[in-house]
Amino acid sequence: MTKSPRILFALVILCLLSGSAQAVLEIEITQGVEGALPIAILPFSGQAGPLGDGDTIDGIVESDLKRSGRFAPLSPTAFPEQVPAGGAVDFDLWGGKGVEYLVTGAVSSQGADGATVSFELFDVYDGRRLAGYSVPATQATMRKAAHRISDKIYEALLGERGAFSSRIAYIISNRGGRDQVVYRLEVSDSDGYDPRSVFTSSKPLMSPAWSPDGKSLAYVSFENDRPEVFVQNLATGQRDKLSGRAGINSAPAWSPDGRRLAMTLSGGRAPDVYIMDINSGGLTRITQGTGNNTGPVWMPDGQSIVFTSDRSGRPQLYQVSAKGGKAKRLTFEGRYNAAADVSPDGGKVAMVHEDSNGDRIALQDLRSGEFLVLTDGRLDESPSFAPNGSMVLYATENRGRGVLAAVSVDGKVRQILRQHNEDVREPVWSPFTD
Amino acid sequence: MGISRSWGMWLALLFLVSGGCSSTGGQRADSGAGADAQTAPAGPEGAAGVGQATPLGEDPDLSLTALDDPDSIVAVRVVYFDYDSSELSETSREVLIAHGRLLANNPQQKVRLEGHTDERGSREYNLGLGERRARSVSQMLMAEGVGGDQLEVVSYGEETPADFGHDETAWQQNRRVEIVYLGR
Repeated sequence: MTKSPRILFALVILCLLSGSAQAVLEIEITQGVEGALPIAILPFSGQAGPLGDGDTIDGIVESDLKRSGRFAPLSPTAFPEQVPAGGAVDFDLWGGKGVEYLVTGAVSSQGADGATVSFELFDVYDGRRLAGYSVPATQATMRKAAHRISDKIYEALLGERGAFSSRIAYIISNRGGRDQVVYRLEVSDSDGYDPRSVFTSSKPLMSPAWSPDGKSLAYVSFENDRPEVFVQNLATGQRDKLSGRAGINSAPAWSPDGRRLAMTLSGGRAPDVYIMDINSGGLTRITQGTGNNTGPVWMPDGQSIVFTSDRSGRPQLYQVSAKGGKAKRLTFEGRYNAAADVSPDGGKVAMVHEDSNGDRIALQDLRSGEFLVLTDGRLDESPSFAPNGSMVLYATENRGRGVLAAVSVDGKVRQILRQHNEDVREPVWSPFTD
Repeated sequence: MGISRSWGMWLALLFLVSGGCSSTGGQRADSGAGADAQTAPAGPEGAAGVGQATPLGEDPDLSLTALDDPDSIVAVRVVYFDYDSSELSETSREVLIAHGRLLANNPQQKVRLEGHTDERGSREYNLGLGERRARSVSQMLMAEGVGGDQLEVVSYGEETPADFGHDETAWQQNRRVEIVYLGR
């Protein structure tokens, strides 16, 4: 493939996106990177046609790796040579460009709608083949195959599982007419593509939460003119109301073993955190007092819960045993810390942290106590860890619209997933599901 | 409920209503003249003790028709709050006293108190703050003699703003409780 089709497709994408009234998330890199691995992804031969928005498999892999902040892919316009399918790579040329790793790939058709996508990963310094994999795909699942390839490359070079094949769920608020808002709960790929609507309502939706097996989403719906907790199976669409008691029913959070759901209930008094046994429906209250106790999130060992409470005057994060009892305060930096998410290894907690500049996402290391403000927005909220703990997804405001963004846990790389014409918020990253 | 408790409740209500007659010192935005307060017809349960209480002097119209009068204080259906607070301002109290008397006088009339917040901070925490604001209003109304069964408290948190802007002008409009009269 020559350079000009690549430039052409980039231009086509820009035209499509700038003129588009369509509701598809797109990626924009807002910050640069140090210490990222220089890599080049060569065009994959044998591709049948563009994938959603004119992307190619290599283009998707390049976007994924770049977004993680751990890689610096060489732009195709800077490629020192064009390598034909099955041809030899002149590694010295690539080394001369500072590239350290190189990926080649091919798609081979196998009958009616089936294909195999293969790739090889090379160390440019000595031309050594580091890894090679084949992934089955159909035209419909080609994007997912590309994400799996990104995961394989990430894992081969960093020794950690990649999160590119995981999905994200989020809420969209679409203001058509002045008073007519439509709310949608959507699930998409981790790059925002292939969105699928899970539930649509003319009343607000909030607080989506993934089940540990990735098959269901719990969420809050105002369809009965009050906040109630529902669970929906993604494959069948079946919905069940888990709690519709008087007062607030909100903030569902699945236990790691999938058998319990923490949630916030107020029932005519100040909100408290409860744990519901999903099978029996039985409830155990685990917080008390006159404060507003909410936003529960489980530690990965399922033994305790981190939650938000204003018992000391303004919201801070606390930790309590899943059996209830005395809560321990976790956050002491600043006047407002809320909306916790715990990292998959239980070592860090992300939160909404308010300071004189507004609401930002901050991270606290639970072992060392180290506190790091990760973002610099004014209205950042809803942090959610990637299942490999490498990044935090969150909601922010850009040009007057709600958009999603991702930031690496060292705060060095931030990237916006951009949305046209609709407000996106409350993202949650799915668990690993295989 | 036993007889003695029921009497006690009516006496307490009567006490509260007549106690509320004395001025608490704030200016009162009267709807206009009318030396005789119009007493609302007693509801089906015969709230005799309340409906035919001592005339309230210069106080506004206590019949539900006041709700259709754009000049009446009860035309005001929203009260506002400071950031992160559920405290009622003096103005809010005056509005709520008027609604309270109207509702106490019309015990079959129900209202929904819908609490809201501005967009700052955690959405979940804001559900609680919105509810706290609505409960503040509810308590104020009950102090005026409104029955608990007339009041429904709901929080929308930050989810349904009145103003979709992202500055203090908008936020001020969103920190509110809306009083929604049901069936009207």
